[in-house]
Formats: sequence, C-alpha cells, structure tokens
Amino acid sequence: MILEVSGLSFAYKSRGILRDVRFHVANGEILAILGPNGVGKTTLLKCINAMLRPFTGSVLVNSENVFSLSTMEIAHRIGYVAQRAETSRLIAFDAILMGRRPHLSWKASDKDLAIVNAAIKLLDLGHLAMRYIDQVSGGELQKVALARALVQEPKVLLLDEPTSNLDLKNQVEILKIIRRVVKEHEVSAVMTMHDLNKALRYADKYLFLKEGVIFEAGEVIGVTAETIQAVYGLPVEIHYYKGNPVVLPVEKD
Amino acid sequence: MHFADGQIPLEYTRYINRKLAFIGGSIVLLGFLLVVSVSLGAANIPLPDVFLALVGKAISKRFEIIIWNIRLPQAFAAMVAGSGLAVAGAAMQAILRNPLGSPFTLGISHAAGFGAAFSIMILGSGVMSSASVGAVTISNPYITTLMAFFFSLVAAGVIIVVSKIRGASPETMVLTGIALASLFTAGTMLLQYFADDVQLAAMVFWTFGDVARASWGELSVMAIVTGMATAYLIGNAWNYNAIEAGDETAKGLGVRVNRVRLLGLFTSSLITAVVVSFLGIIGFVGLVCPHIVRRLIGGDHRFLMPATLVVGSILLLGSDTAARFILAPHLLPVSVLTAFMGAPVFIYLILRGYRR
Repeated sequence: MILEVSGLSFAYKSRGILRDVRFHVANGEILAILGPNGVGKTTLLKCINAMLRPFTGSVLVNSENVFSLSTMEIAHRIGYVAQRAETSRLIAFDAILMGRRPHLSWKASDKDLAIVNAAIKLLDLGHLAMRYIDQVSGGELQKVALARALVQEPKVLLLDEPTSNLDLKNQVEILKIIRRVVKEHEVSAVMTMHDLNKALRYADKYLFLKEGVIFEAGEVIGVTAETIQAVYGLPVEIHYYKGNPVVLPVEKD
Repeated sequence: MHFADGQIPLEYTRYINRKLAFIGGSIVLLGFLLVVSVSLGAANIPLPDVFLALVGKAISKRFEIIIWNIRLPQAFAAMVAGSGLAVAGAAMQAILRNPLGSPFTLGISHAAGFGAAFSIMILGSGVMSSASVGAVTISNPYITTLMAFFFSLVAAGVIIVVSKIRGASPETMVLTGIALASLFTAGTMLLQYFADDVQLAAMVFWTFGDVARASWGELSVMAIVTGMATAYLIGNAWNYNAIEAGDETAKGLGVRVNRVRLLGLFTSSLITAVVVSFLGIIGFVGLVCPHIVRRLIGGDHRFLMPATLVVGSILLLGSDTAARFILAPHLLPVSVLTAFMGAPVFIYLILRGYRR
C-alpha cells in the first residue's frame, strides 16, 4: 500500500469543507475523486500534498507522514498537476526540466536531461521540445505539465481535472498516458474528474464526495445508478457498451 | 518511478550553448564599452592612454586624474546601477508574474526617492549646498539608505497586499504603481515646498537620476549591497521559473512560494533603495532590460537573470556615455535619456497586450 489518507478534515475559516475523509491507493492504481462542483475535490487533493493543512487526519506515503516532511521532501514523493497551466517564455524542454527541481541544487546533470528526454518521448512531445510553451495549444500545455510531474519521479501523482479544457482526442490521450505510466512505473494516482464516463473507463477505483464526506467509494465496476443519482441529484442509467459502463442522464418529458 | 534513456538531444545542448555564448558576448561588449566610455568626454583620452592609466602607468597626470576620479567611478556607478535595477526588474516580473513589473513602474523607486529626500532634509543625513551636479553630499549613507529602504518596503508591502486581494494582473499592478508613485512624489514635493532656495535647487537636482555623482566610497557601498542582492536573486532562478508556471505548480515542485515572493520583493526593494539613495531615480532600465533579453534568449531565469545583469550594465553605461554627447557641452543626467527610451517601450508592451 502506498498512499493512505485517514481521518482527514479541513475547513476554510470556520466553514467546514471536508470531514473524516479516508481512503487508500495501492501501487499501480488510479483513484477518481468525483462529486458536484464545489464539494471540495480540489481541496482534498491539496491536502494530500500539504499545500493546505487539514486540522485533523494524516496522509502517509509508504508509511511516511507527509505533514512531518519539508516541502522539498514532499516534492520528491508527490507530483502535482494543477488544473490550470500557466505559460511563460520557456521552451517545452526547459518547462519539463523544472520537474527535476526537487532533485538538483543548481546545475541540471546529464541524468536530469536524459530523464526529461525520456518523458518527452513517452508523451510524444518531440516536435514541441524546442518550442516556446506560450505558443503551444492547451492540450499540448497540459501534456507538458504532466511530463513535468512525471520527471519529478514521484511515488504518488495528483491530478486536478487533467482533462478539463481539452478536446476529445486530447482527453483520451492524456488519460491513456496516465494509465500507462501508473501501471508501468507502479505509481499511485489520484485524480479529480467531472466526466463520469472517462472516470469509470480509466480509473480503477472511485470516491464520491457529497457535502464534505465520502458518500461512497469502491471499484469502478461496482458503481450503481442509484449512487450517482443520489450524489448529483439527477436520475441516470448505466448501460454497458463493449464491457465499458456508460452513464446516461434520464430525461423526463 | 524511474526512467531515462541516457540520451540528451543535440539540439538542446546547442540551444544552451547559444545562451552561454550570448552572455559571453555581452560581457566582451561591456568591457569594450567600458573602455570607450572612459575614453570619451569633454576631454577625449586616446584609447592607449586609457589602458596605461588603468594599469597605473599613465603618462599624463591630468589623464590619470580624469580617469580615476571622474570617468571610472561614473562608469562603474552606471554598471552597478544598471545591473542592479535590471535584475530587480526581472525578479519582480517573475515574482508578480507580470511583464510590467519593475522598481520604477511599481512606484518603489519613487518611494525610495522620498525616503532618501526625507532623510537628507529632515534627518540631516546629507548636506545641500548649491544647484549643480553634486549639490547634495550624503554625509550619512547608512541612514539615507535605511530610510530609502524603509519607504520602498512600504511600497512593496502595499503591492503585496493589493496583489493578494485583487490578484497581480498587469492592470492592477500598474495602477497601484501609479498611485504609489503619485503619493511619494507628492511627499517629495511637500518636502521641497518647505525647503529654502538653496535646498530646493539641490533637491531638484538630486531627484534627477545621475550616475556622475557617485564617489568611490558611495560606489563601494552600492556595489557590495547590489552585488549580494543580485547574487541572491539569481540564485533563485529555478524558483522564479517555477512561480511563472503558477503558484500551485511551484508549490508542487517544493517551492515555498510565499517566502520566495516576499524575500524577492524585499531584496529588489533593497537594490532600488541603495541605487536611488546615491544616484536618484533612474527609470525604465528595470522594465526594459529583462524584455530585451527575454526576446533574445527566452525566459529561462537561469540564463535570463545573469544575461539581464550584463545587458543592464551595458544599457545604462551606454546611455550615460551617450548622454554626455547628445546636448554637448551640457551633460545630461542619464535618467532623462532612459525615460525617453523607456516610455516608448512601455507603450509598445501595452500595445502588444502584455504578452511576454
């Protein structure tokens, strides 16, 4: 077991957001955090890498308590891909090289550069490597951000809506890469999602948040229409197409 | 997670070498410009004599005095001020993720100017004598700089608070800068209003940014402070790259964003304060230089900041040398020239839509 979150509660000022959240994610597993807008999905992600300090609870990565580590030590263990990637006048290669920051003091070694090169190949970004990232598309930028988190060589990968703002092809590509990296490199991944169909297709486990608590969690294969209806307040049906669950909202005329 | 294929693309190595070559070339250009700058002036000194005087084997006593007492301190002051202001500008642009950031546009220079004027007039840390260059002699550089630093920190504090509440968008920052510049200029005007004739003339001359007024003593204080501060800022290049990628991304990379941001603004304010205390307000160098360099070698702060340091030196030294000739025999203060150059660039940046 690699990532273990237990009894985690968080509040902004006096307004409670998360209460007693607990889950674990094993090596090579992807957990999708689902739920309505504003339920605290991003907040939960930020608590995991101590960007926000929850007032109770613990987060263990390989049995080490994240809250007793320095920010740099956390960056060695947990990679974070923010929902919005900012551009700057860096070439993609250098933007990805930044992911090696936690591992180096000043000069990037040949090993660091080789790792970046490998990540560029993995994500098929070779044609972008020498281009300024303020000139690439949103989907390409998102891939650069993912590559940056990968060269961090983390044990845990946190992804905040990795597919928002992407077209269909890019959504599928990104999710496939995430799944491949997680399986091949034995990483645990936690991602927040809005697209239930993509979540059920590419994640191994799900966790529904409702009103700050876990409404239900389990293997994606076991998710039911009743659960989704209760969480989002919208009647749905789940159909299986070629073995993949498809969630369809039911429209009443 | 472990992966590497042991390969480094040749194209990337060449790209990095081009940047290093740019910095190397700039240093050579700066050296050349320094010699030219020392040689040119009201009395032109032939280049061979400049070299002889620099190595201490001058033939003419007059040349030796001109070079060591007038030209060299002035040239070094221009280099130190230019590099310091430019690096401070580059740091501010990164920290605030804002292409219009610089000590001058954010009003920090004006705050420092007010602080220094306050110190000289009210606290008596300087002596005002006549209406000419060197009208103000700073008798206590420490108090003067401290007051300038204190007020520039006040301005930086306001900028931090505003950026927390309203976000550090270019519009917000520039409007805050205008407000701060107006406030502190008004403060300086108030001091001037209550000054007597001699004081007033001296004050007005002092507020023109001019590198000709630095003595070796002042220059060494300025060089030490600026040197340490720029070294600190350049040492944070990786952090500034990360912050430009967004606060959350930076935090995810182990950067203590708030700390880096506060210390960066603090250090930039210190550079501004010490330069303004000794030389007056010199505008736009801090804004323009990082943009020129970013266009030429890109925005990677590992190279951008050292290159900005050298190009800042070149720009201010070149401007100061030119300012000696434009209205010869009058010696223009360099700040007049930088403002004439900087304002169009500023408008150009606005027209281009702040893109980097």
